[in-house]
Amino acid sequence: MTEKPTMIAFQDVHKYYGDYHALRGITATIRAGEFFSLLGPSGCGKTTLLRTIAGFEGISSGAVMIDGRNMAGVPANQRPTNMVFQSYAIFPHLTVAENVGFGLRKARLPKAELATRVGEALEMVGLKGYGDRAAHALSGGQRQRVALARALILKPKVLLLDEPLSALDKKMREQMQVELIRLQRQVGITFILVTHDQEEALVMSDRIAVMFEGEIAQLADPETLYRRPNSRKVANFIGTMNFLPAEILSEAGGKIEIEAQGFGKLTLEAEQAPGAASGDGAAVGFRPETLTILFEGQTASDRESMAVIEEVVYYGDMTYYDVRLDGTEKPIRISMRNVFGRPVLDIGARTRVAWSPGALVLFQ
Amino acid sequence: MMKGGWFKVYAIGYLLFLYAPIIILPMFAFNDATVIAFPLTGFSTRWFSAMLEQPTLSIAVKNSLFIAVTSSILATTLGIFAARASTRYRFPVKAGIMGLIMLPLVLPEIIVAVSLLVVLLGLGVSLSLWTVILGHVLICTPFCIAILSSAFQSLDQSLEEAAYDLGESAASTFRLIILPLVMPGIISSLLISFTISLDEFIIAFFLAGTEPTLPVFIFSQFRFPQAVPVIMALGTVLVVLSILLLTIAEYFRRRGIAKAGGKDTGGFL
Amino acid sequence: MSAGQRKTRWRDTEAANGLLMVSPTAIYALLMLAAPLGTILLYSFLTDGYLEIIRDFTFANYVEAWTNELYRSVMIRSLGVSMTVTLVTVLLAFPIAYFVSFHVEPSKKSLWLFLITIPFWTSYLIRVFLWKVILGYNGVVNSGLIGIGVIDQPLDFILYNVNSVVITLAHAYAPFAILPIFVALEKIDRSLLEAGQDLGESKFVTFLRVTLPLAMPGVVASVLIVFIPTIGDYVTPQLVGGPEGRMVANLIQLQYLKLDNYPLGSAIAVSAMAIVTLCSVIFVGLNRRYLKGPK
Repeated sequence: MTEKPTMIAFQDVHKYYGDYHALRGITATIRAGEFFSLLGPSGCGKTTLLRTIAGFEGISSGAVMIDGRNMAGVPANQRPTNMVFQSYAIFPHLTVAENVGFGLRKARLPKAELATRVGEALEMVGLKGYGDRAAHALSGGQRQRVALARALILKPKVLLLDEPLSALDKKMREQMQVELIRLQRQVGITFILVTHDQEEALVMSDRIAVMFEGEIAQLADPETLYRRPNSRKVANFIGTMNFLPAEILSEAGGKIEIEAQGFGKLTLEAEQAPGAASGDGAAVGFRPETLTILFEGQTASDRESMAVIEEVVYYGDMTYYDVRLDGTEKPIRISMRNVFGRPVLDIGARTRVAWSPGALVLFQ
Repeated sequence: MMKGGWFKVYAIGYLLFLYAPIIILPMFAFNDATVIAFPLTGFSTRWFSAMLEQPTLSIAVKNSLFIAVTSSILATTLGIFAARASTRYRFPVKAGIMGLIMLPLVLPEIIVAVSLLVVLLGLGVSLSLWTVILGHVLICTPFCIAILSSAFQSLDQSLEEAAYDLGESAASTFRLIILPLVMPGIISSLLISFTISLDEFIIAFFLAGTEPTLPVFIFSQFRFPQAVPVIMALGTVLVVLSILLLTIAEYFRRRGIAKAGGKDTGGFL
Repeated sequence: MSAGQRKTRWRDTEAANGLLMVSPTAIYALLMLAAPLGTILLYSFLTDGYLEIIRDFTFANYVEAWTNELYRSVMIRSLGVSMTVTLVTVLLAFPIAYFVSFHVEPSKKSLWLFLITIPFWTSYLIRVFLWKVILGYNGVVNSGLIGIGVIDQPLDFILYNVNSVVITLAHAYAPFAILPIFVALEKIDRSLLEAGQDLGESKFVTFLRVTLPLAMPGVVASVLIVFIPTIGDYVTPQLVGGPEGRMVANLIQLQYLKLDNYPLGSAIAVSAMAIVTLCSVIFVGLNRRYLKGPK
């Protein structure tokens, strides 16, 4: 994959509200045409960061560059960005068409051309023929689409989406996720999405910046983020991660020698420790689906340990087992897809567990 | 609804108590007799025609209309500034500033009247309709702010940001988005402050000098028993008028809330 | 750049904009309200001379206002009337607010509130005068009671005294009392009441232990919003009070417009406001445990 040019660059961006340090030295780049997500818990600064791109928030120090241009002193109404607001901000006193065409007022287009452009924009978001509807008569999903059409009609360089799906119900949300991805590919505009929903970020993004307390904790593509989180905090925020205490024995030539509770002595590749780790207090982490409970007649492809089942949670398509590996103190979670004809094990049963050193991540 | 049965009886009794004067008013306005007492003697519209022939009354009406129109415009303008500031911004000593502005809501009007009187006379300002307006703007502004604040509050801030984001300036955002959405609140505020000013007596009594306003005229007529039936006729007209104005104001207030997509939470106060 | 500088820059934006926006109204209130109130306070310490105010600092006006039998009795009466009116108004208003909040369908609440507020906005003077008609010697009450044979002589204790002042003021301030209580009741999460009953309390005890404490902020607001202005009411005592129903506003008017004694009038006005403020502060203090909690 060829590296795309940079669309947005944050250079050591700080933001204070009085004494509160909301953004603490953000440095990152977002590439042109990328679907980029800012992911984090509420209050982590992700919305503030988005609003510094839009120009709704000034920054205390540092620089925000859009397409190579420093945005200092450029007000929101002159930036090449448009925003889809969390509340959609559909103007309630205007029709759908008036909403969508709102940003074109300044362009003073002939009526016919304006109508064509509005019609195209509405068609793009699947609202063909809705132009004359009153804005307040729309459903949540329809408002969302109007907000998208209204922002995209101006052909911005960057589309900013502030938790756009959080107000929708689960089914609608999943549908809109797919549609947003399709739309982004179709128009090729850089999309920046703010979300607290890790699943949403994983599904939609080319790259994700995970933020905690005003800082970017990790910036990576979804797979790297999921497989090789660089800290326990990131690992815990994205999906479920099991941890077992480990000790680092030696580190040389891109190999790390460790001794982990329940797994014994192991050699890991350097890329399995994306965050710096050394000395005591280290831990190995692994996702619930990287371990497998072995049923009768099955054999492990790599390594195998013994364990006791302590809790069983049945989810229909999945069963979650909390098991305790021999030689460990606390249980770990294993998720198993339920397969026809395979029994769900009982609490207290002893079982064999298959695992692989390659799935482990070393944390400080 | 058996549960609310007794409450409902009480509520209707209470409403009767509230409306008693208003129900009795037209009875005497259309009563033939000069004395305001029961039993009623016969139907007549002569007090209404007598009302139209009162020279002082027409001056008083003109004065009051001038005061009410001017005060309502000024109070609503001041109200827009304060309501916008208090709903949109955090600023130092906000509670103190807003408290001072809202103080006339509870302050007895006579205190407002005498304190203004003392200052105006001290400064050598001669009393006129304008001095009444000064006082009326002061007491109307808190009501305007109460109405306008709810209008501004139901305005989602991201609507402004969206307009700004779509390339409008602060001024054109105000004209295209904010103003149309709070307009019902502004109309309602104008009507309410007009009603308050038109009805206000004490401040006008202290600050109008020799110029009569409608309430001052009414008050002076109470001293003459033979003039009272005319006042009853006048009162009937005023009550009908203010109910009309209030209904319009309430209509706009509700429409404003509905327009901005908000939820109706109550009455004027 | 230090954190301090950053802070100043932030202030430059939001706080400055807010202050700028509020300034026309705030300046108006300062000039037309704060300054005049300050002037009254100042005047109350000056000496009255014939046709002019002498700039001699003195407590004499306060001594006069507080020791003169006439002024003192009017002041005490005003306070008594105000308290009675407040008590009557709030007690009568609570069930109405409760009814509208709990027993009226949501779609009809606005209509009820509108009905309740309408009389409040119609000519105050004429409403007060009509109470004179209702309570008078040949008034509605008397002629009605005679008509149905309950009494054979008109009652004369209902007009031109404190009773008529209380009735008329209670009528005038009714909506003021209802609305704050209504707002407080509306805020109560209905599931709290179900929880109260679920935990084994009767409806009445639930009302006492859950509804009433939660409605107290509204009740306190009602009390203040009725109590403070009523003490300064001029029209009602003037029209229906008779000589023994005069209140402090009539006294102030007398001093200012008839006797031209601004310093004494100011001292009476300041004293009245000081007493009202003190009563209000004590009342709020007594109820402070209800007023805490999340805003």
